[in-house]
Amino acid sequence: MSSTGSSTVTAAPPVTEVPPPPSSRGKHAISLAFLAPAIFFLGVWVVYPAIRTLIRSFYSDRGGEFVWFENYEALFRDETIQTAIKNNVIWVLVVPAGVTALGLLFAVLTERVPWAPAFKVAVFVPLAVSLFAVGVIWRIMYQQDPDRGAINAGIVAVQGIFTEQGALTTAKPSTDALAGSPEGGLTLEKTVQQGGVALLGLTAIKAGELPAEPEQAVTPEATPDGITGVVWRDFKPGGGTPGEVEQDEVGLGGVTIKLRSAADGKTVDSTTSNADGSFAFEGLEEGDYRVAIGKETFSKPFQGFNWLGDQLITPALLIAFLWVQAGFAMVITAAGLAAIPRDLLEAARTDGGTEWQVFRRITVPQLMPVLIVVLVTQIIGVLKVFDLVVSIVPASRRDSATVIAVEMWERSFSGQNRFGFGAAISTFMFVLFIPFLVLNIRRFKREN
Amino acid sequence: MREANGVMRKHRWLLVLALLVAALALLAAGCGGDDDEEAEPAATTEEATTEAAEDVTGSIKIAGLWTGGEGDSFKAVLAGFSEKYPDVKVTYQPAGEDLPTILATGVEGGNPPDLASLSSPGVIKSFVDKGALQPIDFAIDALKENYSEGFVNLTTFDGKTYGVVFKGANKSTVWYNTQAFEDAGVEAPTTWDELLEAGDTLKASGVTPYSVGAAEGWTLTDLFENVYLRTAGGEKYDQLAAHEIPWTDPSVKDALTEMAKIFQSDNIAGGTSSALQTDFPTSVTQVFTDPPKAAMVMGGDFVGTFITTETKAKIGEDADVFTFPSINDSPPVVVGAGDSIVMFKDSPAARAMVSYLASPEAAELWAKRGGFSSPNKNLDEAAYPDDITRKLASELAQAETFRFDLSDLQPAVLNDALFAELANFVKNPDDIDGVTGKLEAAAKKAYK
Repeated sequence: MSSTGSSTVTAAPPVTEVPPPPSSRGKHAISLAFLAPAIFFLGVWVVYPAIRTLIRSFYSDRGGEFVWFENYEALFRDETIQTAIKNNVIWVLVVPAGVTALGLLFAVLTERVPWAPAFKVAVFVPLAVSLFAVGVIWRIMYQQDPDRGAINAGIVAVQGIFTEQGALTTAKPSTDALAGSPEGGLTLEKTVQQGGVALLGLTAIKAGELPAEPEQAVTPEATPDGITGVVWRDFKPGGGTPGEVEQDEVGLGGVTIKLRSAADGKTVDSTTSNADGSFAFEGLEEGDYRVAIGKETFSKPFQGFNWLGDQLITPALLIAFLWVQAGFAMVITAAGLAAIPRDLLEAARTDGGTEWQVFRRITVPQLMPVLIVVLVTQIIGVLKVFDLVVSIVPASRRDSATVIAVEMWERSFSGQNRFGFGAAISTFMFVLFIPFLVLNIRRFKREN
Repeated sequence: MREANGVMRKHRWLLVLALLVAALALLAAGCGGDDDEEAEPAATTEEATTEAAEDVTGSIKIAGLWTGGEGDSFKAVLAGFSEKYPDVKVTYQPAGEDLPTILATGVEGGNPPDLASLSSPGVIKSFVDKGALQPIDFAIDALKENYSEGFVNLTTFDGKTYGVVFKGANKSTVWYNTQAFEDAGVEAPTTWDELLEAGDTLKASGVTPYSVGAAEGWTLTDLFENVYLRTAGGEKYDQLAAHEIPWTDPSVKDALTEMAKIFQSDNIAGGTSSALQTDFPTSVTQVFTDPPKAAMVMGGDFVGTFITTETKAKIGEDADVFTFPSINDSPPVVVGAGDSIVMFKDSPAARAMVSYLASPEAAELWAKRGGFSSPNKNLDEAAYPDDITRKLASELAQAETFRFDLSDLQPAVLNDALFAELANFVKNPDDIDGVTGKLEAAAKKAYK
């Protein structure tokens, strides 16, 4: 099981590749010859750049001037870098633990569910997609506008089953005569008596919610024992005069109009407007009334979570990353699981252990070395996370979601050209890696 | 085990030694490379321009911003060069947004391309300061003949000219959906007050007035520059560009106050938080869908290209454009930008290319293909494919009061701060003092 683990771990020191101990000088030469290409490429692409970066971090941004630790001082004073470090800490706290737990969960599940191979493929496939492409996909899914972002569209669809959307979701009152707000319903400011005519003018109705067969709005005649009125789109090209029913302004049919008693606010009657917008309440007792359009008419569909806003952006990134890495953890853990001696589990069960006890006391401890491999790999992977952040986060919000690797790139390149500062960030990142690298190397040694 | 470990340890020493040797060899090689590059150009200068076309040989590499359709158009321009100079081998590297990174690393490593297109005079200046660019004084007569003084001055530092503004952009334009304007009964506005009024009327008609692609900071700086040039005037604009007046100046606050009138949440398609996730192409396309998500998008002449390629709308029928309106009777002014060709390595072939690109015939090749405004005033306007392009291009080339995109004149650090702070301003348009304060802090650092 450990061989599966260590072979997938990145950045394994070349020491592990050394063949079994040779017995003579000749063999030394041979092994060196075999190692030479690896040493050459490591030197060109790893060791030399690393040394140059370290040296560069002590020089000014333009180069030439030795500035001691100035770049490092600037680094720790920089607000955005502080945000980046804070975000990296969140990443390190959440992702490795989350990935390991998910991997364990999926690995155990795949041993028990039918269709396990299909399930495994579904979890593993994201790992085969380039992280940058993953980022592009999630960025689109995270869009706030439900017409563009799949996640919010899904939430809206589910929510639409339980709540009803109003007929006029964007409408606003055309004059101050209608008080209240679309969210709480609109009420005509003035009280209305028998024989009165109520004019309910609305504007800002979006194209899809206008009547399909528009009819000219008509102000109805007053009736002696009732209240009449019209609800209409108080707008015609150019604007028109607000508050007046004019030629070319259309009636809004099917709107629920409520009549409330002015004294106690109770709803006395309610009716629905005709296609020309007119409505009438008849046979009313004498008294003061208020005419209102209930808030149901205006109830908006859910507007969607602001996934890419300041508050949710880091969680959104973490979800995308977990989605990718869960497959990796599952495969490693499943391999480890398969290597656990069955008789051990059987023995525990015959001794009367419950499933949970077997899992807690046998499976997890047996898997521990594998879980640690996953954990350490993830910590290293998360410390250097870059492409996902760059591809998901809109440039306008980069400062709040940034991580150290992104800052290193931003400062060094992308026009800022602060090479000294960027080199200092790189070196700082490398220092962060050291404990985990040491941990990994020690573990390899133990296993050997 | 212990024995094996001992051997391993010896091995590790060998390894470390080998790596160090490799690293040192590389260090030496790297330094040597630098010297070679610097020595070369000096030897090949002088005699260049007077040579006859067929005598110029060699090969040049051009790195450019233009990719996709624009890249193809530029290649058509280069094909015109190859006809004149068949013995020069020209390679074009379309680098897109990564260009500053590629150039910065190229210069740092001592191996930049011969020529490159750069969009920001600020970046050009930083390369001049590093001594990475070669002056193009050999072409100065052609430049003075073909370009108005404003454009030549843009790339002139300490009396030496370093670039040819090949492709210009007129950023003082607003594009709109003609059907939405017709439905609302509004005309293309000519003053700021008319614009705001048209916005209110559009809103009442049920269409959100403005579409903003605020995920990308430059859309916001473009808008700010247009407003500022009109409220504060050209003189203040230049002072602010050079940081002779602080960002906390009242003139900046006045401009932001005007901008805030636009950035009310119900004025912006999807609300301001959604606008911060909307990239520029989407901000254009959503104006020309059916029904439109917004009626207008403020963007330069290049918006036309996106309308043609990304939407079904026809320019002149479904889509039209008006000049950015005048504020408080400000005279007609143009905010623009330009991509300049600069020379990193001097050679007869590179000189021939610079002179060629400064000529009207080179500009004509791209102008015919559309999506291009040439600052070259001797270009025959008949070359432009349609009336709108012709109008915008001639406004640009003939402009009396032309100001370069202010953010592009700033050091990259301040430019990034501008993007970030204007995004914060969109989110919270009331916090003008906070935004200007942070901008001034960033400017102080950048201009230290």
